[in-house]
Amino acid sequence: MTRIAIDPVTRVEGHGKITLHQDENQQITQARLHIAEFRGFEKFIQGRPYWEVPVLVQRLCGICPVSHHLAAAKATDKLLGIDQISPTAEKMRKLMHFGQILQSHALHFFHLSSPDLLFGFDDDVRHRNIIGVINDHPELAKQGVLLRKYGQEVIRLTAGKRIHGTGAIPGGMNKNLSIEDRNQLLQDIDQMIEWGVAAVGLFKRIFYDHQEYHQAFATIHSNMLSLVQADGALELYDGGLRARNMDNELIFDHADNDGYLELINEHVENWSYMKFPFIKSLGVEQGWYRVGPLARVNNCDYIDTELAEKERQEFMALSDGKPVQYTLGFHWARLIELLHCAESIKVLLHDPDLQGEDLVSKGELQPSGIGIIEAPRGTLFHHYEIDEQGLIQRANLIVSTTNNNHAMNESIRSVADNYLSGQEITEPLLNQLEVAVRAYDPCLSCATHALGQMPLEVTLFDAQGQLVDQKFKSTEHGV
Amino acid sequence: MPTFTLDQQTIEYNPGDTIMEAASRAGIYIPHLCYHPEFTPHGSCRVCVVSVNGRYVSSCTTPASENLDVTNISEAVQQHRKQLLEMLFVEGNHVCPACEKSGACTLQSVAEFCGMLSPTFSFQYPNRPVDASHPDYMLDYNRCINCELCVRASRDVDGKSIFGLSGRGHEAHLVVNSEDGLLGSSNFDKNDRAASICPVGVILPKHQGFNKPIGKRLFDETPINEQMVEPQR
Repeated sequence: MTRIAIDPVTRVEGHGKITLHQDENQQITQARLHIAEFRGFEKFIQGRPYWEVPVLVQRLCGICPVSHHLAAAKATDKLLGIDQISPTAEKMRKLMHFGQILQSHALHFFHLSSPDLLFGFDDDVRHRNIIGVINDHPELAKQGVLLRKYGQEVIRLTAGKRIHGTGAIPGGMNKNLSIEDRNQLLQDIDQMIEWGVAAVGLFKRIFYDHQEYHQAFATIHSNMLSLVQADGALELYDGGLRARNMDNELIFDHADNDGYLELINEHVENWSYMKFPFIKSLGVEQGWYRVGPLARVNNCDYIDTELAEKERQEFMALSDGKPVQYTLGFHWARLIELLHCAESIKVLLHDPDLQGEDLVSKGELQPSGIGIIEAPRGTLFHHYEIDEQGLIQRANLIVSTTNNNHAMNESIRSVADNYLSGQEITEPLLNQLEVAVRAYDPCLSCATHALGQMPLEVTLFDAQGQLVDQKFKSTEHGV
Repeated sequence: MPTFTLDQQTIEYNPGDTIMEAASRAGIYIPHLCYHPEFTPHGSCRVCVVSVNGRYVSSCTTPASENLDVTNISEAVQQHRKQLLEMLFVEGNHVCPACEKSGACTLQSVAEFCGMLSPTFSFQYPNRPVDASHPDYMLDYNRCINCELCVRASRDVDGKSIFGLSGRGHEAHLVVNSEDGLLGSSNFDKNDRAASICPVGVILPKHQGFNKPIGKRLFDETPINEQMVEPQR
């Protein structure tokens, strides 16, 4: 038995760790992604007033705070006994959310993953980064920056700030969209849609050039979980829960958000602070699932914007009527969603409801509120219980990356199985493990990778615990 | 009218004015926290410190007089204010990013004016539970700076004396005058003057927060030093 540890793999601003166990025949018997950080949000918000939560809890993340902001706002709507907020408030929130997913997906594809996809996983590490992209593909790099900037502007004009704004409040929103701000956003939206189409096209060219490899790399077979609209369309802000198994059979569909605890449970391992959610009816072993772009595009029956729907159909044609399971398909699905967000922003900007004055709804205080949303990285659950004074007594957050915990572990195992040959550790091996994790766009895939700031340490011990090999990839000196 | 000089400007004053009162009337901002023109000044926060003929005094309690040479804005005076503000920030739990008073908070705004952007002292992280026992208002003691504006408003305007300070020195803290010490057990009312006097985020209405969008909050468009009248909270 040999144990290999990659320590640390970075999280958002911190570190995780990958360990691999290898038997005497050098087969991988166990792969683990450990999250060594502890945040404690569920605990330290206890005793805080519920109306503070949408702004407080979004501090969980600096990359997709809007998702937490809106999931918490939806939960506090329920705490106020409000099932339906005003059309203006709901459309403002949706606009904010589309802007958020647009910028997050653009950041991930162009800044974090394009170096791997454009240059190859084994390209020289000194070139395989965002600077290499800027040098070799300046127009593409510019599009990535400007797509992200556009999404950030949508957020600023709906939430007040590009990061950690305050737009959504319990029962609605604190602002509408002025005509002036709407016109500003309308100026560039057609360009964003055009670049979204081009981004999907770019990924498809990369995919078709290496189709066999792409479809095999880190591929696993899993259940899929996401929200869908009542008619089965792709939904990012609010809908029923749908889970589909690998044979394309529905495990549950249009499930009420308030009953999520009847459907989902969390398993705990003593080696990670990240829990392992699973579908209750299938149990721990069979019930793990994937969330995020791959799950959403697989799960929905159609996409309600024209260009994205066309791309979805081509994507789904890869499979034989079953869900598309290949892990690098996350990138393709992510770009289809990016295009969908750009199209949806355009539709919303032409909706006069955004200039409405009815912003906040009122209701009667309830003891429990649940808000579920599709964050860029997948389904996000916020659940709060309050006392009669309005103070939080209990909070349960299942964040997107947590939902993909088991799946990321499986993908790492697949890569290690297929590409860890012998005992010599190479930088491309390290990167392939990162590529597998990065496909999921977890928080730990990390914003710093493309700038070469993802330090990894791999140590390989033999069965007697003797050091066999050790490699360290630093931010400055390569392997 | 008699005059004195403040930062090389000639300031007129009425006999009985403090330096703060005369400067405010002349449209000059002297940073302050516990001072409020509606109430008798007691000079406890010391943030309105100025240099008068070389001595440091609180401008809200020092009478104006002929031939005073007052320095309000100088590196040395601002440095004193910054240290006082730093102590206030580390003694409580002032989490501006998650505080609904952010953008409308006098402490935050004064700190910005004085250039106190990050404390250098160690945070003390006191454990101060929220009192949400009242149906309309809550008390978040984490943000209290012991300015006693609520104490004075409740006593002098509302005639209720609901609030007071207990403990001495470093142990001083805000208390509620009720049998169990809870606001809900007092005769506090949402229409009391004390309900709208808090310069920070201690006394706040319940079931609402962040209602004003960023850009429209009290100090977003007009910084505190340019608000010629006492901010209406």
